[in-house]
Parts: sequence; structure tokens; C-alpha cells
Amino acid sequence: MVRKLPSKDVVIIGLCWTGAILAHELTDEGLDVVAIERGPWRDTASDFPPSYAPDELRYAIRGELFLQPKQETFTFRHKPNEMALPIRQFVSFLPGTGVGGAGVHWNGQTWRFLPTDFNLKTHLTSRYGKDFLPADMSIQDWGITYDELEPYYDKFEYLCGTSGKAGNLNGVIQEGGNPFEGPRKRAYPTPPQRQPYGPTLFAKAAIETGHRPFPQPSSNLSQGYTNPLGVTLGECTFCGFCERFGCGNYSKASVQTTILPVLVRKSNFEARTNSEVLKIEKDSTGKKATGVTYIDASGETFFQPADLVIVCAFMLDNARLMLLSGIGKPYDPVSGEGVIGKNYSYQLTSGVTAFFDDKIFNPFIASGAIGMMIDDYNGDNFDHGPMGFVGGGYMGMGQTGARPIQTRPVPPGTPRWGSEWKAATAQHYNSTISFSTHGSNYSYRDAYLDLDPTYKDTHGRPLMRITYDFHDNDLKMSGFLTDQLASIVNAMGAKQVVKSPRKGPYDTSIYQTTHVCGGVIMGEDSATSAVNKYLQSWDASNVFVIGASAFPQNAGYNPTNTVGALAFWAADAIRTQYLKNPGPLVQS
Amino acid sequence: MTSLPLTRRHLLAGTSSVLALFSVTAHARTYGAGTGLPWEPNGGEPPLPINPQGWLLFTPAEARMVEGIADRMIPADTLSIGGKEAGCAVFVDRQLAGWFGQSTRLYMRPPFMNGLPTQGLQSPNNPILQYRTGLAALEAIAKKQFSNRSFTDLKPDEQDSLLKDMEAGKLEVPDGYSSKAIFDLMLQNIMEGFFADPIYGGNKDLASWKMLGFAGTRYDHRDFVDKHNQKYPLPPVSIAGRARI
Amino acid sequence: MMLHMKPRYGLPLAAILSVVGIASVAQAGEPQSFDQIARGRDVSIASDCQGCHTMPGGLPFAGGLALQTPFGKLVAANITPDMQTGIGSWTDEDFYNSLHEGRGKGGELIYPAMPYPAYTKMTYDDAMALRAYLRTVEPVTQDVVSNQLPFPFSIRASLNVWNALNFTQGTFKPDPNLSPDANHGAYLVTALGHCATCHSGKTSLGADEPKAFLTGGLLQGWWAPDITGNMRTGIGGWSNDDIVQYLWTGVNRFSVATGPMMETVTNSTSKMSKEDLGAIATYLKGIRGDQTAAPPKAAADTVLELGKVVYTDNCSMCHVQNGDGVSGLFPKLATNGSVQSLNATSQIRVVLQGGRGVSTQAAPTAPAMPSFGWKLGDAEIAAALTYVRNSWSNAAPVVEASDVKKLRDNLGGED
Repeated sequence: MVRKLPSKDVVIIGLCWTGAILAHELTDEGLDVVAIERGPWRDTASDFPPSYAPDELRYAIRGELFLQPKQETFTFRHKPNEMALPIRQFVSFLPGTGVGGAGVHWNGQTWRFLPTDFNLKTHLTSRYGKDFLPADMSIQDWGITYDELEPYYDKFEYLCGTSGKAGNLNGVIQEGGNPFEGPRKRAYPTPPQRQPYGPTLFAKAAIETGHRPFPQPSSNLSQGYTNPLGVTLGECTFCGFCERFGCGNYSKASVQTTILPVLVRKSNFEARTNSEVLKIEKDSTGKKATGVTYIDASGETFFQPADLVIVCAFMLDNARLMLLSGIGKPYDPVSGEGVIGKNYSYQLTSGVTAFFDDKIFNPFIASGAIGMMIDDYNGDNFDHGPMGFVGGGYMGMGQTGARPIQTRPVPPGTPRWGSEWKAATAQHYNSTISFSTHGSNYSYRDAYLDLDPTYKDTHGRPLMRITYDFHDNDLKMSGFLTDQLASIVNAMGAKQVVKSPRKGPYDTSIYQTTHVCGGVIMGEDSATSAVNKYLQSWDASNVFVIGASAFPQNAGYNPTNTVGALAFWAADAIRTQYLKNPGPLVQS
Repeated sequence: MTSLPLTRRHLLAGTSSVLALFSVTAHARTYGAGTGLPWEPNGGEPPLPINPQGWLLFTPAEARMVEGIADRMIPADTLSIGGKEAGCAVFVDRQLAGWFGQSTRLYMRPPFMNGLPTQGLQSPNNPILQYRTGLAALEAIAKKQFSNRSFTDLKPDEQDSLLKDMEAGKLEVPDGYSSKAIFDLMLQNIMEGFFADPIYGGNKDLASWKMLGFAGTRYDHRDFVDKHNQKYPLPPVSIAGRARI
Repeated sequence: MMLHMKPRYGLPLAAILSVVGIASVAQAGEPQSFDQIARGRDVSIASDCQGCHTMPGGLPFAGGLALQTPFGKLVAANITPDMQTGIGSWTDEDFYNSLHEGRGKGGELIYPAMPYPAYTKMTYDDAMALRAYLRTVEPVTQDVVSNQLPFPFSIRASLNVWNALNFTQGTFKPDPNLSPDANHGAYLVTALGHCATCHSGKTSLGADEPKAFLTGGLLQGWWAPDITGNMRTGIGGWSNDDIVQYLWTGVNRFSVATGPMMETVTNSTSKMSKEDLGAIATYLKGIRGDQTAAPPKAAADTVLELGKVVYTDNCSMCHVQNGDGVSGLFPKLATNGSVQSLNATSQIRVVLQGGRGVSTQAAPTAPAMPSFGWKLGDAEIAAALTYVRNSWSNAAPVVEASDVKKLRDNLGGED
């Protein structure tokens, strides 16, 4: 039996970065908001205090904070003619769950996308001609410009207190910042973090080889900071337990350290945890959502009516909920028609490792986002004409920690165990550093999401099926980035330099990145996108779908800043436009 | 520190701790509505130090084998103590006795089908079954190849040769199993035991962290971040404290 | 209706109280005087009536909060205007007597958990304003049995003896040696805010010990610190602005309010005017306290060494290796008066159990300290606290492992 609850103005699915931002903005507008979160409540002192947060086994290996596949997983195949099998344990990417979502265990890398990332298709075809792109590449413009999004990037960065050095202030290039970034209206809220040894060596080599290094923008803060909401964050202590971990001392921006303290003070906000939304319900016209059905941990099912439904789950779940609820036409890779599930994309990362024998790096002195980077080979910052591929990425040396279950670099050819293994492990741990590239992944016609015909979740709903593989263009891009990185690293005088370019096929059993994107993409045209430029569903105007699900393809950066900016952007559209005149904000 | 205060919580640790270790209390609850951030005294789920006595899952014979394997994978030498002394077998035993051993948190719904290696783990057999099966197969092949001697009675190089066969997938195992997959699992877990926080039973006296020069759970490196190319001066620390104060 | 949702109108309390001591003719019973009601609300806030007379999550002023006293349990009365179970049937005289004389309707004696030894100093006008305000709150029918003390304390007649020994009746008299601002602060501290109820030492009968006025007190397993102008153990090192900020937001560059003070900040000081809080600061800083006390005996080097190790491994990531903390987030331990309290109960307690800081509109963060009781032994906690209390120019008595054990046992183990 489904229990019907009193109606709310707004129901938000998922209390993570996007859910919390929307909840904050809409409660400020006076609306009565309920957030429904499938995972538990999470708080610094009770869930990841410094007294036990630095526990590699518990958090990084056993994945205490991640979604458990038992609760939900996805099936995977490379191509439509393969049998999709369930991802029984998460390795390649690590979805979040619980209050704060993946924003609890992110690294804090807080990048803006390039202006040309937003009008990508128009830009590339005008510069290189439309025949330059592979025939099956399905990239699109976002329907929004960098200039439109800039104030919202600013909002998210000031919410987080991001530490960095501006590279472009109102069009004026700043020494020491990223000269390729789009113009920003003001400097970062806090100065860059101090750098350990490895990144400084990389920066020196990068300059010597004609590149322009800068400190990676980091939401692990360089100093104490009070954000515009009045919430105070501490100074990052370089503990080296950032990615995969919650921050124990309030120094990494997360929902917990930036918004939640304000949100829980509001009488018009409520969060229900350990409650999973099963479906967005529609009225008889099918054009309007009436609320959501959810099940709580005791197994009781509820219907929560609401005037506005804001879908803020992890990106994959945004797509799955739209498919399960029948909002928007499912994408068909054969005809190329339909929108939900379209343009699933990922990220192509690669690495270079340098073995020294005369240096001490103390690689465990780390934060999720310290490091020195270059952006010379990102997006369309360089001429792709002679390259035969499009796309790019940033690269450099980010010291994110050297927790020893996972990080024990040894030269290729070293046995995996025994005396020789141990000698090499002890020798190289402290004198080896790794560099990485963070490459784009453009979308393709045969990379998409739909409902799996075979496998079900605990509630009997079909799992979502991921059909995805790397394409030549992107592998070429990753190879190029890796070569460029290695040539800089070679200038550092290491004893041995080892390149690890990304190779196909895509392997779900190797961790690469959690930057999965697309499936409910934004755009200018209801025939080719699932949501309009305000992230409002073309098919049900009181449904907004917020997150990396909206990316039509993935740029060569970490997504969180863009996800946060889109959340503020959509919230602003709801506050200033939608509430005055509920209905489609863009006519299809 | 050398010993923790003995409390009721710790007394329970001997039996049920590993099961309780990651217990998720999943009650639906409502937060917000102007009530502020919840808090209660002694909140949180700290890990419980395991009691190293006895075996929760392994039979004594299995335990001896895992100790032997741990000593071959991580031999004692001038760099560190060996895998057995470090407590790796105790670590694996306690992990298998917890949710990890039964794949409780994984997606274990049928149908199980053989997929491509790039589709990841597809076996219905949980780690407990993998260990039981692998150890039995290893013992059987030891007896067969080395005139009825037990694996634990073999010389180190004889043990190594069997382990290398296993690593290469050449050991005979029942249908549905792969000796390489079992070897990889054992290697993964034994290394976990050696390099994880000692609170889980391995890495005795922070042996591996001292060997590497890893600072352990130290959470504040502000005084050292820009001391470039200098040896880190402080000893490693466990969740339970320093090895010796 | 929630108190804080009422529209704010009327004069700041400071403006009203600048006339303290001048006889006034305002009629308490005058119906619907907005000025009077507004003043009454401010008196109620400054006196923190709600702190005791409202249960957590309960209806305002409907009573029911149980106070654990050393003598047993007392439950705060329903003071809504309900005719049967509240104070709706009380006359103005009944009401005034309750504050001024510690006698309820019909003349029965009130237990001094109700701080009438402070409220007796309240001016008649303020008492009547408070009365007028309480008439406007929602009447709630809720029978509260106040006296849940065991025999012999349950015999109200025993209060006659207590009052004879400990209670001096009389309205606040300004001290001619203090500035008007300090006098205004004194009125707020001693008559309304009843700060001494927690922050003063107590006699064996539970009365304020005059010699220990605001130099700290123990209650409900917490040590309410010295709030005199003492430079070492008190708040002499805080500027007036630091004090105002602390009371108004709950945090400042030294400290974060936790424990019972959290409720005081939430219900009372965060809702007072900055003028009133400034007057409190002026008054408190003027209380010189005992500035001459000899520094405590030095701790053994071995204890300090152990303490430094425990501090480095467990505390520095928030409070910083040099004890500086982070303003508004992690209390500064170096030169912090409350860290150098003679009594370390609160410090031991937050190390054992953890603690949540207060959240206010102005400073909503509410940082929490995790519990270390599961992780650190008694000797380690004692050594770390002794180290903190005697580093960076701090000086305070040694904390013994037996002190930690005793509190650990009293707090009921680790769960």
C-alpha cells in the first residue's frame, strides 16, 4: 500500500551538491522543500572524523562511502551486439550515495570548462570543417554559453572557497594563472595551496619546455574561509586522505561544510534519508509530474506529491529515473532518435610515472587537488588540424596521496610478490612520482544508456544498461596527451619514465574516473536534447534534471564546478522565471 | 600506544566485531525542519581493534597454509618482518568472516554468466568459497607433486613454484573457479593486510609503513609540505596510536 | 507560534534599561501596550525563560523541562496563560512575588532552581513587562508536576531554611562606582541573565558562593568557565568585541559555545541587541577576579612529552600544532581562558564524548568535535590536556588520569 503524504512545493531527489544547492535557493524563495535521499545522513564528526577517517582499507578499498552494488548497479557492454552483464562491484567508477553524495569523497578539483566547450560542435565545425569530425561522433552545443554560466561558476567557487590563481580576469591574462581559462569577473576566494616537491619540479620542467603551468584550482582550502552563507571552513592540512574519503577537519568543500548547516536551520526544509525514489509520477496528460513514489528503509512506500520535481541524483540515476518514469523518449541508437540515455560519455585519463633514485617526495603529503598543471593541450587550445583528432585535456602533477594498499609504484617487470617485489617497493615508494592527463571524451552514436532486459534491482525495477567503449578519436587524443606529458617529465632528469596511455577496450575492472556524463543532456532543440538550457525537461515542464547528466559530451576537466554552476543557474531560472509563470521556459 | 582501554565494545570485538565493523544502520529518518544538525555524544562508528587470538573462519590447517602463503608473498628479510608475523593471515580470516567474505555488499543476483574480463567480476562464488576451494586445490597439488607432503611442509622454493603455477592459472580447480582469480584474490588480501592499518590485524607494529616511510594516519602535514626533498621526521601512526610512545 | 517568528518591534532593551533605578509608573495591566509587550519579550530573552520552561521540541513556555539538581529532579512550570495548568489565573502580584520573593501563587515557596535569587533584582517594570508578554503567548494545557525531589528535599518547608541562609531579596541597585554602561551590564548579568547560576561557585547548599562570583562553576557534568576579567583563567584577554561576538554568534576567534552554553546562546544571547551585549562585556571585563593567584605547579616532563605526542597525533589537524585553532571553527587553545580553568571537567568531557558547537543565524557552521573516548586511554587524555593547559604560555593545574576515569565512569561508559 502506498501512503500519500501532504503535498510539498518542491520534492528534490538526492541531497548532494545539486540537491542541496537547489534546496537552499528554493527555500530562500519561501518554498516548502523536501529532499529524499537514498543513503544515510552523513556528518563530519560522526562519519569521517580525523580520529578514524584516514583508513585506507575501510574507505578507499572497501568503499564505505560509495553506493553499494547490492542497492543499485548497472549492466555494461561495449557494443550493442554484446550481452550486457551487471557491474557486480564498482571499480572503474564509484557512484556516491548518502547526504553529500559523491561530493563527500571528491578530490576538490574545481575547474571551469573552456568557453569553446559549450559551443563545441559549432566551434569545431567552423574551425576545421564538418568533415573533420568522425561520422559517428554525436557532439552538440550545450545551449548555454560560458558567459551566461560565468556568474554561477563564481557562485559555486565562492560557496566552496576555492583556492587558486586567476589566469584571466575580465580578459586580462594574469601571470601565474591558467592563461587559457575563460574570463572570470573576480579572483578565486582564497589563494592557491602550497605545493609539495613533485609539483614544483613539474612546473619548472613545464616552463623549460615552453608551457604555462599554474596551481590546480582546489576546494581543499589554503586558509580558513567563511562563505557567503556564513559557513566557515578550515585550512587543508595535506593529510593525503581526500579522494574516496570524507574530510575530517572541515577543509574540503562539501555539502556538509558549505550548505547543510544553513539548510537544516530552515523550517521550510526537510530531508528524508534512507529513502529511495522509485519513480516520478505523472498526471493523466503525461506532461506534468505529480510527485514521486519512494520506499524507505523499513519497506514502506510513500507518494510525495509536489508541484516541482527536481532530479538531483547521481548522474546515472538521473537517467535511470527518467527512463523508469517514462518522461522523455528513450534514445534509439539505430534511428538516432529519442533523447533519454543519449550521449553517455566518460573521460580518458592516462599517466606517466617517473622513477628517481636521488629524491625524496614524501608522496603522502597531499591534498585532493594540490598540484601544478598545464592547460596548453586542452579543448581547442591548440591546433587540431594536423592531429587528426579533436579534444584534449589538462595534465600535470597532482599529489593526491600515496596510501600504500593502492600506491606502491615499481618499475615495469618487477614481480608482484616475493623478495624482489619487496625490495623494489621499499626502494621506490618515496622517490617516485606520477603525473596524469585528464582527457575529454566526446559523445558517439553507439554510447548510450537504456533499461536492461534481464537484470533487476531489489525492488524489481530493471537495472540501467550502459553501452560504451572508447573510440579511435579519443584514444588518439589520449595518446597525444600522454606523449606531451612524457616529454615534459623527461626534462626532469628521472632515472626511468614510464608512460601508461589509455588503451581500449574500456575495462570496468580498472579504476579510471567517476566522471560519467550525459544521458539527460541539455540543448537548444527538443528533438536532440532531453532538457532545455535551464535543465528543464522538454516533456514535463515541472521536472528539472540537474547534474553531469546534462553534459552533451565531456570536456577535459573534472565536472564538479560545472555541475555546481548549472545547479545555481537552474535554481536562478526557477526563482526568477518559472515561479512567476510555471510552464516551459523555452518553447520546443 | 600499546594497549587500548578495555571496554564492553572491545570485549564484543573478539567474536562479532568483524561483522559489526561495517554495519550500516539503515533507518529512514527526517532531518532539518529547523532542528539544526543532529549530534549525540560518542557518535560515529570507530573501527574495533580485532582480537588476534584464534580463527573465526579458517580451519587450523587452512590458517597455516595462508600464513605460509603470506610468508612467501611477503618474505621476512632485512626490510621487514614477513607476512605471517605481520598478521596477514589473521587479517584475511577476519575480513572473510565479515561482509567481505560473503560479498554481502555486491550485486549477487542471477543469472551469472561468463563475460569478458573487461566486464569485471561475474563469479557467483564469494571470497570464502574462493579461499576454501583454492586452498584445497593447492594442498591437493602439493601432495600430488611432492610425494604426499602438505603445502606447509614444502620448502620455500617448492611453495613458490606452486604459487607461480597458481598465479599463471595452471592449477587444477573445480568448474566455475579460476586458479589465477583465486591467487589474485589472495595476493590482494594479503597485501591489504600488510599495508592496512594494524587495527585490522595485519601490519604488526606498523612494519610496512616504517619500511616505506609512510606517515600512516597523520592528518596534519602543514609543517612539512614545503620542506622539499627532506626526509619526513615523524614515525607513522595507526588509528590506535603510535606503535610505541 | 514560535517566539522568534514574532515580528520584532519596540525599543531595544538597552534604551529601556538606561532608566534602571528610576521609579516608573507604567501599569503592568495596561492592555495591549506594544512597547511593554516588546520589552517583556526582550526581558524574557535576556532572562532565558524559554531555556527552562520549554521542552526541546515542545510548545513555548508550556514547561516540562526537567532540571537535574544535586538534590534531585525539578521540572520547570507551565508559564503560559492557561487558566488551569499555566499562570493565567495569577494576579500581577502573584507573578511579581514569584520573581521577587520566590513565592508562587498562594505564597508557597519555589525551589531555587528557578533563579529568583537573581530575578529578585529585576525592576518592577521589567517584571510587569514580562508578565504582559507572557499573556500574549499561546495558552497550553499541560499539567506539570514541578517538584520531583526525593524526601526530605521534597518538603517545601525546607526552603525556608535555605532562603534564610542564602536568599537576599531586593531590586537591583546601581553601583555608583561603575559607568552607566557597566551598571546596565551588571543588571543584565545579575538580575536577568542569572549568569552566576552556572558560572559561580556553589556552597554545599547549592547557593552562589559570593567569593567565587563568576569565577566558574560545575553543573551537570560541565564546568562553566571563569567569565571575570581575569587575564589567565577568565576573559580578560578578550576584547569587548570578542565577547559581543561570542554571545551574539556563539563563536569568536577563541572559542565555540558548546554544552549548556549552546542553549543560552541559541535562546538568549544571540537574540539580544549588540548594545546589551556590549554592556555585558564592559561589566564582565571590569570584574577583576583574583589576578594574583600563583601559577599552578608545573607538570612532570614525562607527562608533557606524552601529552605533546598525543596532541600532535590527534589534535593538531584542527587546533593547529601551535594551539592557534581556526577562528570561528576550531577553538584557539593557546592563551584561552577556559582552557586554563582550574577545573578541567568540560575539557575532559568533550575529549571523551565529543561536542557540537552552537549554530546561530550569524554563525551557522556548528562545528563538531569527534569523540576520542574510544581511542585514547585515561592517561593519554590526561597528558594531552595537561600539555594543552601548560603550553604556549598557558598555565593550569595538571589533569590526572583519575580525573578522566571518574568522568568517564560518570558519563556511563562509551555508549
